[in-house]
Amino acid sequence: MSTFLTEEPTQVTDAPVSTRLSSLDTLESEAIHIIREVVAEFERPALLFSGGKDSVVMLHLATKAFWPGKVPFPVLHVDTGHNFPEVIDFRDRTVERLGLKLVVGSVQDFIDSGELAERADGTRNPLQTVPLLDAIQRNKFDAVFGGGRRDEDKARAKERILSLRDEFGQWDPRNQRPELWNLYNGRHTVGQHVRAFPISNWTELDVWRYIERENIELPGLYYAHRREVFARDGMWRAVGEVSQPREHEEVITKTVRYRTVGDMSCTGAVESDAATVRDVVIEVAASTITERGATRADDRISEAAMEDRKKDGYF
Amino acid sequence: MSTETFLPGPGPDLVSAALPTTLFRFATAGSVDDGKSTLVGRLLHDSKAILADQLDAVARTSADRGFGGEGATGTKAIDLALLTDGLRAEREQGITIDVAYRYFATDRRSFILADCPGHVQYTKNTVTGASTADAVVVLIDARKGVLEQTRRHLSVLQLLRVAHVIVAVNKIDLVDFSEDVFREIEADVQQVGRELGLGSDGVADLRVIPVSALDGDNVVDASDRTPWYEGPALLEVLETLPAADELESHLESFRFPVQLVVRPQGALAPDAIAGGLDPEAYRDYRAYAGQITEGSVKVGDQVSILTPGQEPRTTTVTGIDFAGRELAEAAAPQSVALRLADEFDVARGDTIAAAGTVREASADLYAAVCWLSPKPLREGAKVLVKHGTRTVQALVRNVTGKLDLASFGLEPTTTLELNDIGHAQLRLAAPLPLENYLHHRRTGAFLVIDPLDGNTLAAGLVNDHPGDHEDERYSI
Repeated sequence: MSTFLTEEPTQVTDAPVSTRLSSLDTLESEAIHIIREVVAEFERPALLFSGGKDSVVMLHLATKAFWPGKVPFPVLHVDTGHNFPEVIDFRDRTVERLGLKLVVGSVQDFIDSGELAERADGTRNPLQTVPLLDAIQRNKFDAVFGGGRRDEDKARAKERILSLRDEFGQWDPRNQRPELWNLYNGRHTVGQHVRAFPISNWTELDVWRYIERENIELPGLYYAHRREVFARDGMWRAVGEVSQPREHEEVITKTVRYRTVGDMSCTGAVESDAATVRDVVIEVAASTITERGATRADDRISEAAMEDRKKDGYF
Repeated sequence: MSTETFLPGPGPDLVSAALPTTLFRFATAGSVDDGKSTLVGRLLHDSKAILADQLDAVARTSADRGFGGEGATGTKAIDLALLTDGLRAEREQGITIDVAYRYFATDRRSFILADCPGHVQYTKNTVTGASTADAVVVLIDARKGVLEQTRRHLSVLQLLRVAHVIVAVNKIDLVDFSEDVFREIEADVQQVGRELGLGSDGVADLRVIPVSALDGDNVVDASDRTPWYEGPALLEVLETLPAADELESHLESFRFPVQLVVRPQGALAPDAIAGGLDPEAYRDYRAYAGQITEGSVKVGDQVSILTPGQEPRTTTVTGIDFAGRELAEAAAPQSVALRLADEFDVARGDTIAAAGTVREASADLYAAVCWLSPKPLREGAKVLVKHGTRTVQALVRNVTGKLDLASFGLEPTTTLELNDIGHAQLRLAAPLPLENYLHHRRTGAFLVIDPLDGNTLAAGLVNDHPGDHEDERYSI
């Protein structure tokens, strides 16, 4: 029989079985249980897939949950039009390899048609909400898997594993259903949908240790590489078509990597020599700054930036 | 104000590949006044789970609010409670609204902390946090001792059969580290524990620790200011208590609610085929996917398939699959797919259990219910009951009593309101393989759901039918 694993997870031994599952095995088991519950109870689920590490881990978990069958839902990508080309390439190869259907919601299309306006700061991350909700509505998705984690942000720490959203995709943090035991209540009415976060309980380090253990491929920009960058807002921004230095901003070549992969216009790189997944695990464990604090301009706007975006229907 | 003093020092060794850390889930219960947020902030800060940019943000806000004052340094200069504020309304109002989840790790363990606010909807929040917790930390203010709220918290934990209860007597610095004060509170806590029967059935244990969350005494490291306390610090207790799924598990308690049937019928995953899987060999593949809720199972074990309305069918486990690996055995809480010897019709909502260990399915449900909705429970209401992987309609026949959490007595009532805990009898539209919560924390639990808006109304704990086993009824 074939195996996807390069490293064996916890082995259980003689009877009576004393299960000392490792924390990664426990988290994996919980995530697979949630993914299967959503597939069993919803009619049209989809998985948000950006090519970022959390969504790649989500897709890997889905392949394990339904083995040897295919992943039984499409993937949905909200393309800001400012994505890193190598990430789009990775997305397309992954979808092809797994035989999945890809649905793309395009921020650019909405800007072209005048339904969205470019922001003064050029950041397109907050603009993703409208195309996301449009794609959910048009495809009649009733559940959307996301790779959000509660350790990412203080608003996300209050998010449920199954999060009910109204017709406008809004999150109402003061009116959430209590989540008890492993019984997830996904009931919703017409027009409502549910966001499902199976890796809610994972930390950034868990994600990286799992990527290492499962030998999961990621876009190359997660690892150290030479790149032309310029400093802005205390971050290293890549020079690219949509990310041009201003007059006083000096372009230099540095060895960098990305801790998060999002819109080029708001995602910064960090200086790093971590060229392998092992190097990254060591770097993340020793890091003194959170991944969003280090690399996301949009989360630095205010103390409640993420909370506000979530209330408006963001992931 | 300098933030250099907050930079985390060398943290725990989380990198070593040789490290088999296990997961431990715990919850905290107590009110703002007990210093719960400060304790949680202290645990996170001292275990190096707080990173520099988070500390900077907290330090700025602390300074804005005049915390610390002239010359204050280190953790004295920041309001640790701010580390756990999540929502804008919480920061503005200085209260905690909802259960928040926090993560930190030591060399031995990864922790998931459900931080449950105490003053609003304390039952709802405590029940939610405790339902998945291996342990719960209850806070008491050393100056106030055991209050009615402490009794309420402990009785909810007893009802939910939380395995480990730790009472942290906080603000011990404000009573001059007095052993007499601590011993008196400790005796009161043990007295409440006895009244509740906490630990009397071997399910739970109860510990009491003197701490100062503000200064860190006995939180992460043992304090030299409480020489009369010889026990371990809070974090050491949390690191060494056995997690629920670390206990020995046996076939006789094996329970496996079927989530879905894996039956690709030739539509195999392209990556599995690319990895060398022979499509011919999987043409008739059929397995039942789910998460083991309790116990363990081995290939060759006899199991019963419990389908509501049918006689249990017995068969043999021929395979335990997990994503391309064949396991010889598996145990809770593993997610696997089981193959069976006989081609029975098995579907979502059925339960696979160790042969002959589950009593007959029943359509009469007697239960303790924790009411979590502002919409009150009334006799005659039509609701939904979600149990395992099955949801059925139900009729509330009667409400037989409401628990007085302070006196632990049951008072007669016909309705339950938000945060009430009571006893009720429901008639189900289809029988369910119900088990006593006392012995089966998963298959004895259910949700009550509003069929109109889909909201969760209550957490339910299955009781035995009256007269079945009087001695095993809830003590409260």
